[in-house]
Amino acid sequence: MTITHFSAVILFAACIAVVFGITQRSEPKMMIRFGAYCFVLLVGATIVASWGMWLIKR
Amino acid sequence: MATQADPAALPADNAAGGIFPSLTLLAGWLVPGAGHLMLGKWVRALLLAAAILTMFAVGIALGGKLYSPNTGEPLDILGFLGDLGAGLPYLIGRFAGLGQAPVLVATADYGTKFIVVGGMLNIVAAVDAHSLASGRKRA
Repeated sequence: MTITHFSAVILFAACIAVVFGITQRSEPKMMIRFGAYCFVLLVGATIVASWGMWLIKR
Repeated sequence: MATQADPAALPADNAAGGIFPSLTLLAGWLVPGAGHLMLGKWVRALLLAAAILTMFAVGIALGGKLYSPNTGEPLDILGFLGDLGAGLPYLIGRFAGLGQAPVLVATADYGTKFIVVGGMLNIVAAVDAHSLASGRKRA
């Protein structure tokens, strides 16, 4: 199986967001909100770190 | 944030200290999502099982490594503990000889991380099932 780095990030963040959303909140609405928050934070942090490494390289 | 449940509203067999919360913890560790399934929360159970088993399966498919318990290397021991968190999928994978090839490419290293993180997420899910069963977390 081959996978791009970005696909791996999306899959990784999605799975973590599902588990964190369910386990860290009690109400279904808050679970979805917290899961989405975790997903955005994980993917966003990876993109920021990637651009940071690109800048360091240059 | 999880809130404290009203102790008076808890069923008698779910009271803290009973055997049922421990059973949900054990079942949740062995089979991802089983702890929530025992509590009748089948949607949460399916979502948790899908997320954790996907991480484990993708990790194996990417060529990730399944750690052994007896290498003596501290980092390998931590990796083993993370892997062991997946419960039966890890044990089945070990007995089936999966995840034993050397990690030579970056995506295989990603696979190793997928497996370890999947195992740790399963522990989080099992502890959540225990908290629900014991009444520490509101259902």
